[in-house]
Amino acid sequence: MDALEILFTASFWVAAIRIASPLIFATMGELICERAGVLNLGIEGIMTAGAFAGWFTVYSGGDLWAGLLVAALVGAMFGLLHATLTVPLGLSQHVVGIGVTLLATSLTYYIYRLALPEVTSPPKIEPFQPLPIPGLSSIPVVGEALFTQTPLTYLAFVSVAAVAWILYRTPVGLAVRAAGENPSAVEAQGISVTGIRMGAVVVGSALMAVGGAFLTTSAFNSFFFQMINGRGWICIALVVFGSWRPGKALIGAILFAAFDAYQVRLQQISGGIVPYQVFLMMPYALSILALILVARRAAYPKALMIPYQKGER
Amino acid sequence: MPGEDYASPTATILCLDGKQSRSPATPLPVTDVSSNLALRLSRISKHFGPLRANEAISFDLMRGEVIALLGENGAGKTTLMNILFGHYVADEGTVETFGKPLPPGDPRAALDAGIGMVHQHFTLADNMTVQENITLGTQSLWRMRLDRAAARRRIEQLSADFGLAVDPAATVSTLSVGERQRVEILKALYREARILILDEPTAVLTPAETDALFRTLKLLVAQGLSIIFISHKLHEVMAVSDRVLVLRSGQLVGERETGSTDRKELAALMVGQEVKPAEVSPVKLGAPLLVLERVSTPPYNGAGLDNVSLTLTAGEITGLAGVAGNGQAVLAALIAGIRRPTNGSISIAGREVADWSPRTALAHGVGRIPEDRHAIGSIGDMSVTENVIAERYRSPRFSRMGFLNWKAAGRFAEKLIADYDVKCPSPEARIRLLSGGNMQKLILGRALDPDPAIILASQPTRGLDVGAVAYVHRMLLEARGRGAAILLISEDLEEVLALSDRIIVMSKGRLSTPSSRGERSIRELGELMAGHSGEHSDHAA
Repeated sequence: MDALEILFTASFWVAAIRIASPLIFATMGELICERAGVLNLGIEGIMTAGAFAGWFTVYSGGDLWAGLLVAALVGAMFGLLHATLTVPLGLSQHVVGIGVTLLATSLTYYIYRLALPEVTSPPKIEPFQPLPIPGLSSIPVVGEALFTQTPLTYLAFVSVAAVAWILYRTPVGLAVRAAGENPSAVEAQGISVTGIRMGAVVVGSALMAVGGAFLTTSAFNSFFFQMINGRGWICIALVVFGSWRPGKALIGAILFAAFDAYQVRLQQISGGIVPYQVFLMMPYALSILALILVARRAAYPKALMIPYQKGER
Repeated sequence: MPGEDYASPTATILCLDGKQSRSPATPLPVTDVSSNLALRLSRISKHFGPLRANEAISFDLMRGEVIALLGENGAGKTTLMNILFGHYVADEGTVETFGKPLPPGDPRAALDAGIGMVHQHFTLADNMTVQENITLGTQSLWRMRLDRAAARRRIEQLSADFGLAVDPAATVSTLSVGERQRVEILKALYREARILILDEPTAVLTPAETDALFRTLKLLVAQGLSIIFISHKLHEVMAVSDRVLVLRSGQLVGERETGSTDRKELAALMVGQEVKPAEVSPVKLGAPLLVLERVSTPPYNGAGLDNVSLTLTAGEITGLAGVAGNGQAVLAALIAGIRRPTNGSISIAGREVADWSPRTALAHGVGRIPEDRHAIGSIGDMSVTENVIAERYRSPRFSRMGFLNWKAAGRFAEKLIADYDVKCPSPEARIRLLSGGNMQKLILGRALDPDPAIILASQPTRGLDVGAVAYVHRMLLEARGRGAAILLISEDLEEVLALSDRIIVMSKGRLSTPSSRGERSIRELGELMAGHSGEHSDHAA
């Protein structure tokens, strides 16, 4: 198969959208946090915790949707920890974020080992199955790519629309955006900056955890160590790439996922002439290039990473 | 004296005098005096560490009344209003609005009680539209959609009613300062504020915008709103207020009916003594210290320099007048060492300096008072001590072998604080917590303490109050008496006329021929400033 032909096959795009789904959830989560002025570097760990919580719930006999709910709750709890440290206490968002990532990751592995001390190969669960949408899924390529996915992928797209609606069409979204731009504007209108920012971090973290759970309950059927594998960090870059706008961030996520799906297929047809690590590197190299091209003009939220203390001049 | 006892019923009746004729928009039955009371502050005190920002302040505000809160920078005006609005919690005292106590430290309660505040530093989110900023927080946060059409209609109605023209759909970042202020006022009106607090509203406005603001305030008062107008500009206070309260060092030191006082009395109350214009001794000219010869530069914050020659002589103040944007900024930056000339030479004490930079400028004894004390003159989040040694931390006095001598630095900061009468909580305080006047005094001290031979004073009194202005002038004249060569760059023509031994007008990057004290009239200077070409409006922009 020719390298260009790949781009026109439905199976390639189906894979791209599937790979994009966890990124979409987590990117939306990070976007909400950052729009409110809080950089959440806990994302990598929160996704790990979410991946485990979702899978473990199902493994212990829970429903798939229950697994998702538990993952979201676990994410929200880590979000609450992050928010408590960074918002009312005003600690460094970098340090807290990395701390939350380390804590959530290690805690997850620890609990995994406590729960399953003897296993060598991770037990499998029955994951979400593809749910083709009648009619739409028979449109060639585009329809197949978008409408033969699992319910969780559809939910990822819904989450983009919901985040966009909330940010731009609701009073609370207005407050979130203002809190990231000029928190004193929020306080001057009688709204608690602390409340808005904490709420945003908690909800955003729950979405990140759902992104993690996608991997164990939809993309794969088990939980492995290191399975998040830097996806959280990619989402941080995707938020910048998307100029803090949900729609653009969605495009960025799909673009990155397409690169990723493409490099796997290129590896197969290259016949071992080029070392496979070059292909593995490709999505990241292209992401950096895209960031350089797109993000230099991005208008970032001006109060991002600046703690807000009430009553300070 | 009337009004000495601020909270007494007699004072209240006095204030009512003549105000009943104004009919509020929603007339309320006036049964007794207290129902006409909009706001009552009782013995408000607030301390920041050892700094007593407010000390037992009490006053009443009636419906439809405009009171001016007058005071120097750092007198406690803004602190008081921030307490009123719930940004700060007072250590002592209570606030009542329309007869009901106001819970402290809760902006929401203040808004609900009808208090609207136009902050000195606007509280707008730049990335959002005018309408989004105005409606922020006015609808329940848990509604699933914004009611935009009705909000837009109301904003347009308010804009039309009160002369506050602004496009509700415009993004705030694209607006001028005057427009942003109108958005702030609309924010308050949209929430049906009955008491409007304006904190130094004219500091950022052009004269035409100021006139428009005053017209708006008149319309608001006619609707029965009460206004607190904070200012240190006497003529504005006289123009807009019914009553003036004077604050000094956190205390209420006087209350006057505007009709029965004058600027002189208010100025004396504000600074605590009569303000005398600085006395100018005869010139004792020395040697030429700084010579610019046929210097040109690219444009920088306005016009560039075009073949400019200038000599600064010891013992003389050279005043540079001109409309902003005609090259003053680049000339100041050049002398400060921040910019280099593309053509021409810079000589100091007769020797040409080739490697001109901020460090060589300092090493050659140039003392610099920068135009913008926040952006260039100081590092807001660093301490007073760190800021005062910022220009000299490499000198053996403050460092040895690459290690800073914090003891010496601290002593130096304390000395400047004492010598220049700076009000600040401690040398460790972040400098951005200081008021404008106190920050300027520190910068002045930092520049003048090493006794520089050449002094660059760029807009040294911009935004300062009467007392601080007089102080800066006195210090500059003292330096002149010690034989310094001083370049005073100012947009305030009165200041240039009062201090300068020699006046030069700058226009389109060129200098006029100098004139000695009193030689040219204000009108002649004005013509030179306009550049004789009728392009005034371009320059003003």
